[in-house]
Amino acid sequence: MRDWLAAHRIALGVLAIVLVVLAGGGYVVGAALDGPAEQGPAGPIARGDLLYIDLAGGQDQVRKTRLDRPDTPAAATGLRCQRVYSAGGTTVCLRLAGPGPSYEAAVLDSGNRVIRTVGLPGVPNRARVSESGNIVSWTTFVTGDSYLTPGGFSTRTGVLDLRTGTLVESLEEFATTVAGEPMVAVDRNFWGVTVAADDRTFYATLASQNRTWLVKGDLTARTMHDVWQGAECPSLSPDGGRIAYKKRTSRLGPWALAVLDLRTRQERVLQGTAGIDDQAAWLNADNLAYGGTPDSGKKSTIFTVPADGSAPPEVLIEEAASPVPLR
Amino acid sequence: MYLTRARPDTAQQRSGSGKLPGTVFALGTVSLLTDISAEMITAFMPVYLIYTLQLSYVQFGFLDGLYNGATAMLRLVGGYVADRSRRPKLVALTGYGTSTLTKLAFPMVGASGFGIGAVLATDRAGKGLRTAPRDALISLATPPDRLGRAFGVHRSMDTVGALLGPLVTFWILHELGSGSSPVFVVSFCFALLGLIVLAAFVRERDPGPRRTEAPVSLRACAGLLADRRIRRITLAAGLLGLVTVSDAFVYLVLQRTTGVPFEVLPLLPLGTALVFLLAATPVGLLADRIGRWPVFFAGHVALLGVYLLLLPDGGGYPMLAAALVLHGLFYAATDGVLMAYAGPLVPQRLRASGLAVVQTGQAVARLLSSVLFGLLLAAVSMGSAVLIVLTAFVLALTGAAVLVGRKGDS
Repeated sequence: MRDWLAAHRIALGVLAIVLVVLAGGGYVVGAALDGPAEQGPAGPIARGDLLYIDLAGGQDQVRKTRLDRPDTPAAATGLRCQRVYSAGGTTVCLRLAGPGPSYEAAVLDSGNRVIRTVGLPGVPNRARVSESGNIVSWTTFVTGDSYLTPGGFSTRTGVLDLRTGTLVESLEEFATTVAGEPMVAVDRNFWGVTVAADDRTFYATLASQNRTWLVKGDLTARTMHDVWQGAECPSLSPDGGRIAYKKRTSRLGPWALAVLDLRTRQERVLQGTAGIDDQAAWLNADNLAYGGTPDSGKKSTIFTVPADGSAPPEVLIEEAASPVPLR
Repeated sequence: MYLTRARPDTAQQRSGSGKLPGTVFALGTVSLLTDISAEMITAFMPVYLIYTLQLSYVQFGFLDGLYNGATAMLRLVGGYVADRSRRPKLVALTGYGTSTLTKLAFPMVGASGFGIGAVLATDRAGKGLRTAPRDALISLATPPDRLGRAFGVHRSMDTVGALLGPLVTFWILHELGSGSSPVFVVSFCFALLGLIVLAAFVRERDPGPRRTEAPVSLRACAGLLADRRIRRITLAAGLLGLVTVSDAFVYLVLQRTTGVPFEVLPLLPLGTALVFLLAATPVGLLADRIGRWPVFFAGHVALLGVYLLLLPDGGGYPMLAAALVLHGLFYAATDGVLMAYAGPLVPQRLRASGLAVVQTGQAVARLLSSVLFGLLLAAVSMGSAVLIVLTAFVLALTGAAVLVGRKGDS
């Protein structure tokens, strides 16, 4: 047997190669043919819609359902995004742009026409549009060379003002103070922007050396300062009085969703939200939606939870990410 | 003057002349296919973790650093077992096979952070195991005077795979969407092809009848460091590794200081890889002609040049191109050349162990450098950090020159 194998080594090798190429090629062709066909024409995005990215087919289709009746059948929007957000007639779609793979932020108007694209330095992570539709922001993960060397990643957060066309490529350009001192550490990173109703005030996360701060900034003055510790991916409530964010429950433990009342500075960690890794979205004045992994092995699910922590989260849409309530 | 007893006839030929053995091309093909597989996953992992699974990337990066350090040590194990069993090909097969299987394990562990960490650690373990026996196979199959070229050709083929991998991933994401199964299945197929080529087309030197000499022992491997030249090259490579900061940081700073658009950032590693691909073989040939140590040293001088280019602000694309060319030349002049230099210093029966010792010293030093540099960045501004590294680099170059000598003693 051993001798026979040795004698026919080359022939067996060629045969095995042919088999693997055929099987792999067959699989790819099958997967390509299997892709879900897009049903129905793309409809406009309107108030009262709930947008999300459908992860089920792996095609990253942005779908919409009714905000008040999320169980109604979902319709297509014609968009394919890795992360999406929409408000005030403006939609931002972070999507695949070219080999690398590289990504771009596409900004669309109310008629779903692309009005601007900005190349991204990394993998899409967060996207937001201010209520008025004037300010668009996003965060990407910048990765270095092969896999990840320690310290080999960072985040870049960009902000685009559609009124003036001003693009801030990175929040690192802003003058930042922590505890009154200028923050200049090279390893500082920012992520998760949320902009207030005045289209000028914003909140974001600042991180350096394994510590994170909630910072409050001014897009016009290009400044920011710390207001709270340990808060990541902030999301301002529609009334501007509360901020929802994810927060570590222990040093390296999972995050949970918390809500801070800006007036009383009371923080409440919402029960049953452990494991969240998303920028939550306010469905209305009282309820939040976020993407999270339900159990190990499953794809992201969109959950909803009351902002006062009075009840545990409930599943809103399975195999979906990036909830966008068009209030 | 070589320590090896084998092929005394070829050692006397003019340097660099003659054909390379088929084993080099076969192993190059194995690495090409394996690198397509590995780099597909590398390109996909951020999307997979952040997007499909919504896992914490930051935490993952931290764990990954730990695994990297732990599995660097497995090179020593792979080298030792290859020498002791006198079957480097079998050990390499085990290493490649382990990494191949992990491609199928990813979908099985799903969104479990611990599971993904474990699969990546296993993949790394496979890489750790296979590297030294593979380099030993190249080193043992090639006449000593052509080793620079042989390793150059191997690394070039390896880099072709590294460049193709992300392209395959992009194509899959574009055509089939971000569902994870196609990426893992196609990556598995490429790894499997590499494994088949290794099993069927790589010839191992016949180990011959066991001689009366004692089998390779741990003591004999430890004794490698008693050899003055092996000890000194290991120390020199380690010293230089200590001042080699991570590529990711070089790219981040380059993008910032040259002022090119942010979106160029993901393409910078491709620039380095392209120069490496084109330069590895000619630089290897040059190393065979003028000496491997001088070329290895010159490669680090090129890296010093990269760091110098990080200092001034501005320069745009010409500055960026100059830095990437130097960065690619650094890899071309050091990666395979170090193995070509170290190979003939190590007795044949200890070849895999000897190469593993030199590689591990370098790898651990670079890991340490990443950690130290991270701490440095948190403490001082970017410009100061680069200045400190530059100073340390000049000291390390001086130290390495003193340790090994101008001509590399060979």
